[in-house]
Amino acid sequence: MKKLMLGNEAFARGLYEAGCKFASSYPGTPSTEITEEIAKYDEVYAEWAPNEKVAVESALGACFAGARAFAAMKHVGLNVAADPLYTASYTGVNGGLVVAVADDPGMHSSQNEQDSRHHAIASKIPMLEPSDSQECKDFAMLGYEISEQFDTPVLIRTSTRVAHSQSAVEQLPRQEKELKAYEKNPAKYVMMPAFAKGRHVVVEERTKKLIEYAETAPINKIEDNGAEIGVITCGAAYQYAKEALGNTVNFLKLGMTNPLPQKLFLDFAAKCKTVYIIEELDGILESHAKNLGIACKGKEIFGCIGELNQVIIAEKLLGKKPEVTSYPEQLPIRPPVMCAGCPHRGVFYNLAKHKIRVSGDIGCYTLGAAQPLCAMDWTICMGSSISCLHGFNKVRGEESSDKSVAVIGDSTFMHSGLNSLVNVAYNASNSTIIILDNSITGMTGHQQNPTTGKNLKGDPAAAVDLEALCHAIGIKRVRVADPYKLSEMEQAILEELAVDEPSVIISRRPCALLKYVKHNAPLHVDTDTCKGCKMCLKLGCPAISMKNGKACIDHTQCVGCGICEELCKFSAIQK
Amino acid sequence: METKSIMIVGVGGQGSLLASRILGNVLLQQGFAVKVSEVHGMSQRGGSVVTYVKYGDAVYSPVVEQGEADVIISFELLEAARWASCLKKGGKIVTSTQTLDPMPVITGAATYPQEIVEKLKGMNIDVTAVDALSLAEQAGSAKASNVVLMGVVSKKMEFDEAVWQEALNQCVPAKFIEMNRKAFALGREAM
Repeated sequence: MKKLMLGNEAFARGLYEAGCKFASSYPGTPSTEITEEIAKYDEVYAEWAPNEKVAVESALGACFAGARAFAAMKHVGLNVAADPLYTASYTGVNGGLVVAVADDPGMHSSQNEQDSRHHAIASKIPMLEPSDSQECKDFAMLGYEISEQFDTPVLIRTSTRVAHSQSAVEQLPRQEKELKAYEKNPAKYVMMPAFAKGRHVVVEERTKKLIEYAETAPINKIEDNGAEIGVITCGAAYQYAKEALGNTVNFLKLGMTNPLPQKLFLDFAAKCKTVYIIEELDGILESHAKNLGIACKGKEIFGCIGELNQVIIAEKLLGKKPEVTSYPEQLPIRPPVMCAGCPHRGVFYNLAKHKIRVSGDIGCYTLGAAQPLCAMDWTICMGSSISCLHGFNKVRGEESSDKSVAVIGDSTFMHSGLNSLVNVAYNASNSTIIILDNSITGMTGHQQNPTTGKNLKGDPAAAVDLEALCHAIGIKRVRVADPYKLSEMEQAILEELAVDEPSVIISRRPCALLKYVKHNAPLHVDTDTCKGCKMCLKLGCPAISMKNGKACIDHTQCVGCGICEELCKFSAIQK
Repeated sequence: METKSIMIVGVGGQGSLLASRILGNVLLQQGFAVKVSEVHGMSQRGGSVVTYVKYGDAVYSPVVEQGEADVIISFELLEAARWASCLKKGGKIVTSTQTLDPMPVITGAATYPQEIVEKLKGMNIDVTAVDALSLAEQAGSAKASNVVLMGVVSKKMEFDEAVWQEALNQCVPAKFIEMNRKAFALGREAM
């Protein structure tokens, strides 16, 4: 029987069935589960790398060694991995190399809305785009065929709705692949100028062959419904268009979005009176069609911001709008918040209390920017908190360094914060860095990292000693504080801000959602003692609210972390 | 058969993923084409979360938009109100009566809406409201509210109870299965 699988789970199944032997990734929504799922197969070596660049380089080495290899990342992770990837395009492969990149139209869990197809075009690497779970499996397998046939890495692009939707998938047995022989071949693998010049020629020839392949590839499909309107589409957008328009239009559904076929576009367009291009984010299919001289409409109708869906398409092309009845009142929004018992709260409460400028980073703790803490000034990308603070402090001197910190999680620090801390020490900036060490990669759903002492498979692993590491980099002032102890954390922050040298505070307390973390009994409010001063509400804890003028703690959420108990001047919050 | 759309809505952490997987499993066993769409990552952290379950002869889009849902299953009252505009005319809501204050209510910037069930009924919606939290606690854990609601929903759909039990077996870890079976049974009895 077919099994319901997330796109990511099906992707992993495809890698497994295709005989993949090596997977290295860094977690990132919505790509994370591909690697978590492939780690469940004993035949595949799978690991979390500290960042996407390391992951792609490791997978490249594994493919040079003759194995079918894999790396996964989210769209912004591909920026980090772009350096090895662009040159891997020149070297080509030995065993097949598939790289998954998951875009996030609508930015459900991302800091930008970039379209990864640009990377495929710029690096001249073929890209496949599945539109449901079965295609995730099939395209992962096809990716290896293309990779080995054309001697190239293959990018497979998913998006949130493909990666995180479940649909039925047929499972087949694994085809075991022997390692291909490795032969030393500097002209192919040593990319110094003399050899790279030769390889660039190979890449251009390969692209021509790939365009020929794309003209007749079975994954570039025409659905001819004898209609006058033609729709050219790919990925999730195909599913939305199919639901909205059914069999009333002809479809050219592209499973391969780089390089794009030419004759196929022209032949399809020639049979249609009107051509629409329906694609999420940028107008890449549209530019290609227009370069071929095809009259078509796309972005002028649909724009390039956010996700598409069947209602938008039906409204824009058919003028149909569903009948909608809304709730008769304005409703309060429910933004994401730090969980009850989140160890980051003790840090951010103190930063907010002292109006400290905060250079933020990527993780659950970016929620420190939200009401009521509002303790963040900027957040850009993984690892940027430390380097941005360094630049800010160098320009503004003491007036900044005395009241500014960088905050960065343990996993993000290992990802790319490390280099920035080296810069702080090396170039002597008077910066204060708080490493929020919650012993896990939190936001993406609890992945191990080099500081946690466990690997992807859950086995014991070497753990980075953060204190020793910071010392080794050249930071003399390194101290550990417990974020559940508000005054201890406050003292650490104020003292380190006051000194005239770089310092690191490690805020150490495991994420309250980790299974091994024992929770204390929920706290409760003695309503006779509570003055209703609302001081405890300043913590922004979702378990604390006001009921009839008194504070009230939701026992289903409270984990007994105790920071509200410390904050209450009247001792109204009790065990 | 025309595609049917169900939305499961609640607050991040309430267990909508498990509920959607149980429902998806039931529908797959019945031979339908099924799509279940989840959201992971930042929005899960105590934010408003929504999961879509669609089934029929063929399902294309995995998402459900305004005016498209046949049923909304809600783990929290305010969320039932928030997503009500996604219902088709004649659509149904099955909701837990649990309330969780969102941050704007906690900070005092907004107030929690009152008489939600009555106002939903005033929109000509068929509303079933159940104290799923108390029943879940009776079964052994507040976290089983999701499975209590699945029990309620199972009475409103035409499939055999055995199919639901099989879905529970497949979706719930073995060590929690007894507690979840109890929660499911309490949900069914509440109907």
